[in-house]
Amino acid sequence: MKIISMPFVILAILFSTSVLPAAAANKPPEKGDALPVFNLPIPKNPIEKNYLGLSGDGFFKIPQIKAKVVIVEIYSMYCPYCQKDAPGINALYQLIEKSPDLQNKIKLIGIGAGNTPFEVEAYKKTYQVPFPLFPDRDFAIHKASGEVRTPYFIVVKINDDGTHQIVYAQLGNYPGAEPFLKIVLEASGLI
Amino acid sequence: MKKLMQVGLALIIMGISIWVVVPAGYGASDAFKENIYKVEALKPVDSKLNVKVGDRAPDLTLASVSGEKVSLSQYRGRKNVVLSFVPAAWTPVCSDQWPGYNIMKDFFEKNDAILLGITVDSIPTLFAWTNQMGKLWFPVLSDFWPHGGVARKYGVLRTNGVSERALFVIDKKGIIRYIDVHDINKRPPLEDLVDALEKLGK
Repeated sequence: MKIISMPFVILAILFSTSVLPAAAANKPPEKGDALPVFNLPIPKNPIEKNYLGLSGDGFFKIPQIKAKVVIVEIYSMYCPYCQKDAPGINALYQLIEKSPDLQNKIKLIGIGAGNTPFEVEAYKKTYQVPFPLFPDRDFAIHKASGEVRTPYFIVVKINDDGTHQIVYAQLGNYPGAEPFLKIVLEASGLI
Repeated sequence: MKKLMQVGLALIIMGISIWVVVPAGYGASDAFKENIYKVEALKPVDSKLNVKVGDRAPDLTLASVSGEKVSLSQYRGRKNVVLSFVPAAWTPVCSDQWPGYNIMKDFFEKNDAILLGITVDSIPTLFAWTNQMGKLWFPVLSDFWPHGGVARKYGVLRTNGVSERALFVIDKKGIIRYIDVHDINKRPPLEDLVDALEKLGK
């Protein structure tokens, strides 16, 4: 067997050590950060698609959601605290949707860390979750988000020019719908 | 041709590098705070099954966290049984497996099934650990002494003394109808267990 030329070996090693850190973050998303880059599938359900202000098929990035603020919950159907908080998160959705001032400005989505599409549906059905949930079957988004413990809440402000930034992030300790909405409004400057 | 071979080998090295350095993903619930012991990727399976689909399931009697002894035979003729072996308390994937089954009680009942959770940990350890999961509707059994006796009987005791992450579906006649000795580093997808249980009714 012929000896492999060094440039190829070096290239291979460089590739293996340089590509991965870009995908897997070593810290959770925090205030002031941009969101990690990932795509989500545009929901097939027309109600969910309409809720997010999206059209067509394929994929989207969170800043493409038609809203001023997006609240992202990284959760898992296997997480006891996520289960406990689920009714309270639903109440947050209802609070926003019932407010004519807020319903088109704040949107809510969940990302099921390590959950298959079936598991996401099982969770959605169990807790009657009214907002879109997305599976992250292989933990790709979870890894890009610094492998946060769950539930992890990220509040993203979307600017008129399409740029965005995280204005608030919190691990667990969900305080209930009204206190959390107050936090979201203050952090995003919507009040 | 030589160049092509070199590129091919380089690609193989890249592939192997990625495979080696990426740890198995898992999502730790905040319910367990900082108490989950970090485990590096392990050999996916490290035991040899002593049973197969179609065999009569070996009987077992183990102490449960709630105090009473539980035997497989007590469900004979009454319930389908799912045995869920998980390797160890306070470890990453295990801590996020049973809480998912805990919200699927209706599904188990619909399929006339009971779930028995089993680890080789002691009762006090299991008590403290499962308390973090909320109130579990299914019995949690300790295969602590003789250490891993039941896991050994089924052939899912690993060489380091913990069990595999394994699921056995046993029908009302006591016959094993489904076995999944899963990669210990990964959680079995719920749909696989759902399929196995739903097939019992067909």
